[in-house]
Amino acid sequence: MNDDSPTPPAERRLRLDDGWSYAPAPEGTDHLRVDSSYGLFIDGAFRASSSGETFSTINPATEEPLAEVALAGVEDVDAAVRAARRAYETVWAPMAPADRGKYLYRIARVLQERARELAVLETLDGGKPIRESKSVDVPLAAAHFFYYAGWADKLDFAFPGRSAHSLGVAAQVIPWNFPLLMAAWKLAPALACGNTVVLKPAETTPLTALKLAEIVRDAGLPEGVVNIVTGAGETGAALVQHEDVDKVAFTGSTEVGRQIQRSVAGTSKRYTLELGGKAANLVFEDAAIDQAVEGIVNGIFFNQGHVCCAGSRLFVQESVADELLHKLKDRMRTLRVGSPLDKNTDIGAINSKAQLETIRDYLDVGEGEGAEIFQPACELPATGYWCPPTLLEGVSQSSRVVQEEIFGPVLAVQTFRTVDEAIKKANNTPYGLSGGVWSDKGAKAFRVTSQVRAGVLWANTYNKFDPTAPFGGYKESGVGREGGLHGLAPYLELTAPGAPAGTLS
Amino acid sequence: MTVSDRPAAPPSPPIDEVGVNDRVARFTSRSIKKEAKVEALRLALSMVDLTTLEGADTEGKVVQLCNKAKAPHAVLPDLPRVAAVCVYPTLVHVARAELEGTGIHIASVATGFPAGQVPLEAKLTDTRTAVEAGADEIDMVISRGDFLAGRYDAVAEEIRTVKEACGDAHLKVILETGELGSLDAVRRASDIALYAGGDFIKTSTGKVQPAATLPVTLVMLEAIRDFYFATGLKAGMKPAGGISKSKLALQYLVMVKETLGSDWLHPDLFRFGASSLANDLLMQLTKQATGIYPSPDDFSLD
Repeated sequence: MNDDSPTPPAERRLRLDDGWSYAPAPEGTDHLRVDSSYGLFIDGAFRASSSGETFSTINPATEEPLAEVALAGVEDVDAAVRAARRAYETVWAPMAPADRGKYLYRIARVLQERARELAVLETLDGGKPIRESKSVDVPLAAAHFFYYAGWADKLDFAFPGRSAHSLGVAAQVIPWNFPLLMAAWKLAPALACGNTVVLKPAETTPLTALKLAEIVRDAGLPEGVVNIVTGAGETGAALVQHEDVDKVAFTGSTEVGRQIQRSVAGTSKRYTLELGGKAANLVFEDAAIDQAVEGIVNGIFFNQGHVCCAGSRLFVQESVADELLHKLKDRMRTLRVGSPLDKNTDIGAINSKAQLETIRDYLDVGEGEGAEIFQPACELPATGYWCPPTLLEGVSQSSRVVQEEIFGPVLAVQTFRTVDEAIKKANNTPYGLSGGVWSDKGAKAFRVTSQVRAGVLWANTYNKFDPTAPFGGYKESGVGREGGLHGLAPYLELTAPGAPAGTLS
Repeated sequence: MTVSDRPAAPPSPPIDEVGVNDRVARFTSRSIKKEAKVEALRLALSMVDLTTLEGADTEGKVVQLCNKAKAPHAVLPDLPRVAAVCVYPTLVHVARAELEGTGIHIASVATGFPAGQVPLEAKLTDTRTAVEAGADEIDMVISRGDFLAGRYDAVAEEIRTVKEACGDAHLKVILETGELGSLDAVRRASDIALYAGGDFIKTSTGKVQPAATLPVTLVMLEAIRDFYFATGLKAGMKPAGGISKSKLALQYLVMVKETLGSDWLHPDLFRFGASSLANDLLMQLTKQATGIYPSPDDFSLD
C-alpha cells in the first residue's frame, strides 16, 4: 500500500508457499469395513478362485496392503460367463423392462446412501484425492445408474422406427483410474438394455467394484445378472476371448485395445473400445486467462493426470504465452500434493509403482528431448508413489512426450500463432478422444470445435462429465460411444419394427 | 510513485463467470481445522472494519462501537484489535477522541455515500471534512451512473480528484459491484480504481444486494494481482456486506492466500467490512479456547 516504493519488476513475486497454512484435515475411515480377503462374485455369491490363488491390492499412498483378492483363472471366468448366460435366458431378458429399471434405481440409491464409504475406499485403493472421489467419482457413478434406469423401459422410443433387442452376455474390462465410475459406465447401460454382465476390474483397484458387488447382491438383483471376476491381464483376456460372450466393452490402453480387436476379429462379438488420448487444450489470446489457467489445471492435474481425456498437450497463442505460463506456475505452487485422504489434497498418489516408473521414464525422455522441466517445490511423503505437478516446456510435436500418452500429472507446453495452426497441431496426433478451446469469441470456439477431430470438446471449461453426454474417441482413441442415448446402441440389436432379433436391421 | 505517475489502465481482460465459480468452489472446499483455524480467526478479527452507517447513528452509538473495537471480548484478553472503525463524516470526531493512541484506524465513508449522486464539489467537501475531523481512511463510492453510461474516464478522473482531497489518508474505492451487472464490469471498475489511485478496492456499500460475494472478490483480487505485476504497487482489498459468519470469512482468507499470497494476509492489505462478523469470530475463538460453544448473549451487541 506504499505508493512511494513500487517493488522492482524482478522482485514482483507472490508469497504463495509460506505464512498461514492449513492443518491436516484427514477424512475419517472408521465407518469403512474392508475385509481381509475378497472372493469372486459369481452367480450371486462370493467364492474363492478354483485355483485358490490370490493377489494383494495395496494403498499406493502408504504401500500397505489393503486386502487379498481372488485371482480368477479360465475356469472361474467360464463359470461367471455360464452364470451370466443362465441369468440372461431365465430371468433378466424375460423380465418386464420397467422392473429392470427398478433394480437400477435401487442400485443408484444405495450408491448415494453409501457414498462416503465408497469414496473413502476408492481413495484408499486408488490414491485419488478424497475431494475428487467424493465430488466426482461416486456422485457420477450414481448418476449413471439413475440415468440408464430411466431408459430401461423406453428403449423403443430411444430409436424410433426400430425395435430394440438385448444382446446377451457382455464382457466388460475396466481400468484403474476411475474404478467405481467405470464400473457404473459399463454396468448401467448393459443392464438397462437387458444384458447380463461379467465385469473385470483392474488388478490395482478391485475393491470398489467388489463393494459394488455387495450392493448388487443387497439390492436383490437376480443371481448371475452381474458377475465380477478379479485378476490381471490374463483374466481379462480369458473373459474377452470366451466364446459365449456376445459383446465386449473395454476401457484402457490403446495397446490392449489392439489385442482385443485382434481377438474378436472374425467372431460375431460386438465391441466398444475406449482407449488412450493426448488431448490438445488450446488457449487463444482473447481467452479469459485466469479461468483458462484453472481449466488447464483441472484438465491435466485432475486425478493425477490418470485420465484418458486429460488435456495433456497445452497450446498457447504466443502473444499471451508468457503471461499464461507465469500464472499457471503460480497456480501450480498452490496445489497440495500428499495424503489422498486429506480433504485439502489436490494431487494424490500415483496409482501404482509401475505407473510411477512409466511417468519417470517419460520425464527422462523429455529431458533427453531438451524439455525444460518445471515442478513447484513440494514436500512428498516418504512412502508411497508420488509425482509433483509438472510442466514440460520447450517441446515440439516431434517430441515423444508430446506424441505419447504419459497418463500422469505432466503437461507438455507448446505455442502457436494462428487459429489454423492451432487446429492443425491439435489434430497432429494418433489420438482423438477429447480437447479444449479457450476463447471469448463464440465464432472462434465453434470453428475450432468443429474442426478438431476428437470425441469430446470442451469450450471454456474442461473435464465436465454428465451421464447424458456421449463420450468416446476418434482414431486410436477407440471405437463406439458410452453415455447418453448413444451409449445404449452398443448394447442393443436394432431391427425393423416388430422384427425378431437376428433379422437384418 | 504519486497517483499522477500511475500509468493509464490497460484494457481489462475478459472474465468467464463459469470458470470463476469453478475456482471459488475449490476455495470453499478447503477444510480449515485446529491451529490453522485459530490462527485464521484471529487474523480475520484483526482485519475487521467495525462499521456503523445508519441514519440513526449518534455519538453514543459510535462511542459504544469504539469501546468494542478496543476490547472486543473481555473473557479472551489477548485478542488482536480490529483494524478500523468506520463511520459517517459527521461522527469522525467522536471516533477520533475515543480511539486516540490505540492504533485503530478511523475510516469514514464519503463522496455522497452510498449513492454517490451528488455534485463533485460536495463529494470533495465530504472527503475533506472527514479527513480534517481525523479520518485516516476514506471509503469513497464510484459514480455508477457514469460507469454504466460508459464514461470510464470520468469515473477515473473523479477517483483521482478525491484521492488528492484525501491528502495522507488512504483511499478505499467502493465499486458497488451489486449494481455493475457482470464480472467483466467488476474487473473493468477494479482496473479503473487501481490505476486512478485507489489504495484499496472495496466491493460494496452494504446498502445494495448482492453485496460482497466470493466470485466478485476473486475477480477483484486478480485485478490487484495483475496491477501489482504491472506496477509493483500492492493495493488492498475489502469485501463488505453479507459476511457475517466465520466460516465464510475463512473462505475469503483461503482465497486471498491462494490468489495473492501471504503478503496480503495482513490488515494493511485486506479488510472485512462487517459489523456482525466480529461476534461470530469471537464465538468461534471462545469455542476453540474452551471447547464449548458460548451463547450469543455472551457477546456485546454494540
